[in-house]
Amino acid sequence: MSEAVKNQPQDDILLEVKDLKKYFPIKGGLFNSVVGQVRAVDGISFKIKKGTTMGLVGESGCGKSTAGRTILRLLERTSGEILFNGTDIGTLSKKQLRAIRPKLQIIFQDPYSSLSPRMPVGEIIGEAVREHGIVPKEEYNDYIDKIMSECGLQSFHKDRYPHEFSGGQRQRICIARALALNPSFVVCDEPVSALDVSIQAQIINLLRNLQQEHNLTYLFISHDLSVVEHISDTIGVMYLGNLVETGSKEDIFRNPLHPYTKALFSAIPMPDPDIKMNRVILEGSIPSPANPPSGCKFHTRCRYCMNRCESEEPATYEVEPGHFVTCHLYDGAGAKTLDEITGEAGD
Amino acid sequence: MFNSNKKKDQNYISGRESRRISRENRKITREFEKKRERKHVDPSEYTTQMRDPNNVVEFDNLHTYFFTDIGTVKSVDGVTFDVPIGKTVGIVGESGCGKSVTSLSLMQLVQRPTGQIVEGQIRFNDGDTVYDIAQTPTNVMQKIRGNKIAMIFQEPMTTLNPIFRIGMQLDEVLELHYPDWDKEKVKARTIEMLGLVGIANAEGVYKMYPHELSGGMRQRVCIAMALMCSPRLIIADEPTTALDVTIQAQILDLLRQLKDKINSSIMLITHDLGVIAEMADYVVVMYAGRIVEKGTVHDIFNNPSHPYTIGLMNSKPVVGKKVDELYCIPGKVPNPVAMPNYCYFRDRCEMRTEHCDGEYPPVIKLSDTHECSCYRYLDYLNKKKGE
Repeated sequence: MSEAVKNQPQDDILLEVKDLKKYFPIKGGLFNSVVGQVRAVDGISFKIKKGTTMGLVGESGCGKSTAGRTILRLLERTSGEILFNGTDIGTLSKKQLRAIRPKLQIIFQDPYSSLSPRMPVGEIIGEAVREHGIVPKEEYNDYIDKIMSECGLQSFHKDRYPHEFSGGQRQRICIARALALNPSFVVCDEPVSALDVSIQAQIINLLRNLQQEHNLTYLFISHDLSVVEHISDTIGVMYLGNLVETGSKEDIFRNPLHPYTKALFSAIPMPDPDIKMNRVILEGSIPSPANPPSGCKFHTRCRYCMNRCESEEPATYEVEPGHFVTCHLYDGAGAKTLDEITGEAGD
Repeated sequence: MFNSNKKKDQNYISGRESRRISRENRKITREFEKKRERKHVDPSEYTTQMRDPNNVVEFDNLHTYFFTDIGTVKSVDGVTFDVPIGKTVGIVGESGCGKSVTSLSLMQLVQRPTGQIVEGQIRFNDGDTVYDIAQTPTNVMQKIRGNKIAMIFQEPMTTLNPIFRIGMQLDEVLELHYPDWDKEKVKARTIEMLGLVGIANAEGVYKMYPHELSGGMRQRVCIAMALMCSPRLIIADEPTTALDVTIQAQILDLLRQLKDKINSSIMLITHDLGVIAEMADYVVVMYAGRIVEKGTVHDIFNNPSHPYTIGLMNSKPVVGKKVDELYCIPGKVPNPVAMPNYCYFRDRCEMRTEHCDGEYPPVIKLSDTHECSCYRYLDYLNKKKGE
């Protein structure tokens, strides 16, 4: 991390992740010993301010969901720090973790498999509220009604079972379940990918309204760039376990620095038949995280690959204030755009 | 209390009622099945003439119903459109609007006996003969399916059989449709096709199992399988929905190139308006089993006319376009068992006029290529009559 990150004011930072790593062992051989590691998350660092949304984008298999789950300690990290309000979540004991759990919630991608089919909706939403004693017993019923109406559900839905609801309604139940614990940080793991376009819009609007009312902080994981652009304040682009570019939404969409970001953006189909995109099509697919390429992990698919990219891991450069990129092209280049740099390199 | 609550529910059906419906359904479907299972059907029954010989497929007032125990679901209810030779037609709509059932009807893959084509024609132009798919018997259909019309499905993970090698699955297509080819010729053709869809290591992939390939590679294999016999029409049912944006760009690029190479048409089914804008020449917008709007891609995107099309476009966030709140279409799709007799979109429509309480709006021609079913354009209809 460069110096500028460390010097930023710390007071309104809700979550800070420092060099987080999560490796999954590959077992095999004669005695079922560890023969290798899948580097799902390989050293990512970022900060999220209170009340803002950070979007995490990348192809499938780049480790974005693993990152989200490791941050909530649904998976044990391999190394690194996860500072939530200044306390490291990774080192908490079971008891301490339980106390902090209501503050950290998650909404999963698939509303069909993330709700227990045997529980009525009221119980799904209320179970954790009771367990954690969020509200006194006599207010419990009113509280659940209030949360449900906030999420666009009606109180008579309480006695129904998840199979009686449509996809959009189920995602509302998932959101209500997360919200009922009065969280301050919510990981949204592809919450709209499984939904129809018109339902997507409803859920995105709901998430945004709830954020304003409750001052929530989101980590929004998605592969749909148009949704991420709509909802996020800052964006992190992941490739094979690394954050290759972070910055504010405006900076990243106006001036994508990393060659991968640029390729990713140019691949979005635009709903306008008159725009003929100048498309950068990436060859091949994402390499296996069990055996990642040496040096810069993107060098196998990068158009601007240089000799040093194959051997040397790139450092992170701050090209504009708050806009970081991990790429050799920006070594000593200062505040330049990708086109300027590659134009120079081509001459 | 629980019970009484349920009875108030308008969708609630008693056991007796349900049994009565299923008995009636069986009567209806038995008739259809009897007709279908006849041996030696005279070719004159299923060959017909195209309205326009430049089309590869003409859907003419197609009705595909599902006779379920809770009532008849009119999945496709009077769909009429053409697929011209060498062009791409995109079908857009939300899930459950009947876009997949339309394409399955064309392949005769609708789940029988519950699902039946009750009315209408699907004319398929084979070059020499014209088939009416709705009447074609199964043994003839087997020669068309996979050979003249091929389909690419949404999930490349589930389309391929996990226990057979890629090569074997692809060879099978040729062995069925060209029984006189010898093994070497079949294998050479398979490897050639794998190369054509951009698989570098075609010989190696020929011997692999599906689980050894990534999602994008599997979809390429599925495309190779569909193109095996150089079909006249490729039906692509959400071919890129399960894939990443970068892989999606590769696959769309590939489809476009291959279509020109073997000069076939594509029927592209998707809910992603971006994909449609990029690929399609003509667009059909479906809502609740009916076509609400159709036209060229420029008609639809530059001048969306039906309130549903407009709503659909506004509800999708677009990169580079800033909006504070996304538009959402209020309400939900009407119950498929009990469709209203007025415009299906009326209760969700924000541009309602006084005419909308009447019966389902007629198809109104806005221009030579652009058609829309909405009372807002009644003026066009009246003007025409006046002329």
